[in-house]
Amino acid sequence: MTATAPPLLELDALRKEFGGRPGSVAVDDVSLTVHEGETLALVGESGCGKTTLTRLLLRLLEPTSGTVRFDGTDLFALDAAALRGVRREMQVVLQDPYSSMNPRLRIVDIVAEPLVTHDPRARGRRGRAWTRQRVGELLEAVGLDGTILDRYPHEFSGGQRQRISIARAIGLEPRLVVLDEPTSALDVSVQARVLDLLAELQQRLGLTYVFVSHNLAVVRQVADRVAVMRRGALVEVGTAHQVFTAPAHPYTRQLLDAVPIPDPVKARRTRRAALAGDEETAQAGDGKTGDGKPGDGGTAPRPAHDGAR
Amino acid sequence: MTSTTAASPVLEIHDLRVDFRLAATTVHAVRGVSFSVAPGETLAVVGESGSGKSATALSALRLNPEPPCVYAGGHILLDGKDLLTRGERELGRIRGADLSMIFQDPMTSLDPLQRIGSQVAEVLRHHGGHSRAEARAAALSALDEVGIPDPERRYRQYPHELSGGLRQRVMIAAALVARPRVLIADEPTTALDVTVQRQILDLLVQLQQRHGMAVVLITHDLGVVAETADRVVVMHRGEAVETGDVHDVFARPEDPYTRRLLDATPRLETAG
Repeated sequence: MTATAPPLLELDALRKEFGGRPGSVAVDDVSLTVHEGETLALVGESGCGKTTLTRLLLRLLEPTSGTVRFDGTDLFALDAAALRGVRREMQVVLQDPYSSMNPRLRIVDIVAEPLVTHDPRARGRRGRAWTRQRVGELLEAVGLDGTILDRYPHEFSGGQRQRISIARAIGLEPRLVVLDEPTSALDVSVQARVLDLLAELQQRLGLTYVFVSHNLAVVRQVADRVAVMRRGALVEVGTAHQVFTAPAHPYTRQLLDAVPIPDPVKARRTRRAALAGDEETAQAGDGKTGDGKPGDGGTAPRPAHDGAR
Repeated sequence: MTSTTAASPVLEIHDLRVDFRLAATTVHAVRGVSFSVAPGETLAVVGESGSGKSATALSALRLNPEPPCVYAGGHILLDGKDLLTRGERELGRIRGADLSMIFQDPMTSLDPLQRIGSQVAEVLRHHGGHSRAEARAAALSALDEVGIPDPERRYRQYPHELSGGLRQRVMIAAALVARPRVLIADEPTTALDVTVQRQILDLLVQLQQRHGMAVVLITHDLGVVAETADRVVVMHRGEAVETGDVHDVFARPEDPYTRRLLDATPRLETAG
């Protein structure tokens, strides 16, 4: 991830209008680069255009104008055969592990789908045996038992299904994985483990992630850089550290302020300060709490401990 | 959100046991849960999916479908009277008047074919004692109180014409128009964007303070708990594994599951 390396993904003045009349601009002149090996988080509320943007960068949608370059190649200039070649290097994991799998297919066929499409070894007389072997390895790589090949999606929990989706996404050893709200449908303890898995796979396989999320606390944990989107446009792009500690755009600050703080002492102090319209108190209060670990509340007696307000 | 004083509880749940008797098996969804909530107090029931938190919440209004649901034991006391022994007619008088509920998804809880104003007014009409005009006036002021701009115009609109946040405000108006003493809020902000969630949480706190309601907040989000609750019940596999003051539970969790839940919760202020 050196600064001089050319970006893996480069969006230039990308624009998408729907319906052909003004007022329906889903993506509004977005320019953005993503470097090899990094996690770029795309953050925004519902309707901001983040999903449309990911569909454009995978060329699942044609833009109104602008370009997407993947490893220097203009995606929208490619013919179908050339696009297929590039596509095997870009994979996607979707939010809902329940609707992103055909319930009538066995796990082996779900995970093998991209292999069968793109890898000649998965076809022919020996293809079936090779595929089963490869899918078993992939399932083990995502922390599942390699012997579940012949079972069906309904036999698995949400977290297990999301692992199956991830196995499917890494089967072709892609360079870029688009993760569209990959943990939004999961319980927090399951979410934590899936995030750990994604981090481990990224290191091991040198993956580049575009991580789409509305959950700023999750983004804080995974992102190297953050792009904040609102009404189709990027309002702020920066390192995670910059965006979270010194947000430049008022909308970013509004988003950060709205996130509930899982610490009753801090949450109440911040909220009181906000109600009093006294922003400085809130910020100073946050700064003073040091590392802010939840379990150590006992070491820092707070006057407002009775929770009265 | 007043501090927990010695006010006597309005809703008490004692050793509640809820089973779902299905064809092949019986699921013990709630296995002996007890808690109480006093006027002006917010009690959060926290847990992950399948923990039994929603089954517990729905039990308080006897809204679990019976069958397959069977109340296998315990008591649900509203002002000391057990709801589990009441008939459907009496429950119909209590729901919406003494005990009210709001749900996660306002789109599925509101009738798509009815104007929102009459859905709010209907609550009062159902409970009697209000003329059409009185119910309409009360519904208008309820819409106004929950922060719906231009209530006269909105009164005549249908749910699909409103944003998610406004729909949730309509649900709150309908839940509160008859001035219940207990509000049960089941994941009230889970389907909302974070900035809208903030507004709805602020609104709930404000309304609670104004009317002195007891609030039972069902949620999976420890951030929401930390912001709003006075006391917390942590549920896991149908049991209440920990109950306590919100500050104690967050600062010194006693149960290993509570600790795991707190550790798994992502935070904005992690060193990164």
